[in-house]
Amino acid sequence: MPVLGKKEKEVLFHPVFDNNPIGLQVLGVCSSLAVTTKLETAITMSIALTTVTALSSFFISFIRERIPPTIRIIAQMTIIASLVIITDQVLKAFVYDISKQLSVFVGLIITNCIVMGRAEGFAMQNPPKLSFLDGIGNGLGYSTVLLTLATVRELLGSGKLLGHQVLPLVTEGGWYVPNGLMLLSPAAFFIIGMLIWALRTWKPEQVGSED
Amino acid sequence: MQHSTRSTILFAAVVCLACSVFVAGSAVALRSFQQQNATLDKQKNVLAVAGLVEPGQRLSAKDVEDRFRESIRPRLVDLKTGAYATDEEKTLDTYDPEKTPSEPAPPNKARVMQLPEYTLVYQVVKDDKVERVILPVHGKGLWSTLYGLLAMDADGKTIRGITFYEHAETPGLGGEVDNPKWKAKWDGRQAVDEKGTAVICVVKGTADQPYEVDGLSGATLTSRGVTNLVQFWLGENGFGPYLATIRNKRE
Repeated sequence: MPVLGKKEKEVLFHPVFDNNPIGLQVLGVCSSLAVTTKLETAITMSIALTTVTALSSFFISFIRERIPPTIRIIAQMTIIASLVIITDQVLKAFVYDISKQLSVFVGLIITNCIVMGRAEGFAMQNPPKLSFLDGIGNGLGYSTVLLTLATVRELLGSGKLLGHQVLPLVTEGGWYVPNGLMLLSPAAFFIIGMLIWALRTWKPEQVGSED
Repeated sequence: MQHSTRSTILFAAVVCLACSVFVAGSAVALRSFQQQNATLDKQKNVLAVAGLVEPGQRLSAKDVEDRFRESIRPRLVDLKTGAYATDEEKTLDTYDPEKTPSEPAPPNKARVMQLPEYTLVYQVVKDDKVERVILPVHGKGLWSTLYGLLAMDADGKTIRGITFYEHAETPGLGGEVDNPKWKAKWDGRQAVDEKGTAVICVVKGTADQPYEVDGLSGATLTSRGVTNLVQFWLGENGFGPYLATIRNKRE
């Protein structure tokens, strides 16, 4: 028997391109504007968000039949918030420099619609293992967009990738004039817009109906 | 499954309890690592502005500690008189910047709100001779408060370096205060005029006076903030009296 059945594979890989949380559902845009000026912070943020989504979906699914419907949202929030705080503590303890750059955005994972959306929309109806994979899958979907954004923004905005100079800057005797707009939040909007455009040209079934 | 009010409250209590145990547990278990990181980060910044570490050079935690212990001597300064704190050895051990008594600062452009009674400065010592003094500075930039360290020559007049270890200015624009090329321009600048007034400033475009530093292009407000905070901390309400004592001692 393969490790992952058809269903498992679907929840794991479906969110990467076919049902991307940013690309199709347009969730979690706030943090993708803020942490994508550099690839390094985007990678850390991707790992943090994927971990939190997977674990929160797992735990919530584990107790899904016991959660009283009247307080289910706040119960989910409590679990998510605890996981985020622990993640933040771990980052501060082991990758101090990066956690300093991410500052409030790790904390803001709590309010990230993707985490909440998966908890409420998937984990409440599905068993723990599947919910865990769904969390990883959505985390991957988010990470794909985040890393693409960060690559474009860091390369065009400061001529670097992962802090290494790729395009020599004019100010340092090279030829590349950095595009300052790329380092400002609106640039992320433009790139996300173009990504969604590209995704929908590639997969026309994602185009919404006009109404 | 039916949920009575009682079972709902019980459920909430159990979830809260379990979560708080995990959160508190992780905080306690990781605290020592975090404090170590924070101290190390501070020491690294002090070494960098002291010119004891090349920009971009990566040191192991042990190297940082060794170098710090070898060449940096922390001192406590009374801001008003400019003298070192009386009973310093005792105070240094228990000094906590957040607990030291402070009073409201007079209105200033750097928007510093509180002035502590005592402030920690660092002396850079080589062969028992003080070569530089490192002063902590902070003040408002465009978006955020910039926290930094300013290295002064032992003559109390010349700037030797500057670094900001905490700020949230726009990356690429105001965030260029972290650019090593720009920071290098501070070395050798005159901080004060003959009368001891802080005159150092960040100008728009290229500097042509000994007390000027090139501006950061596209970051007028951050540049202005840096001017304000450096002038405030070198001025009469900041380290002015302290620098005056250093200058007098040499003459």
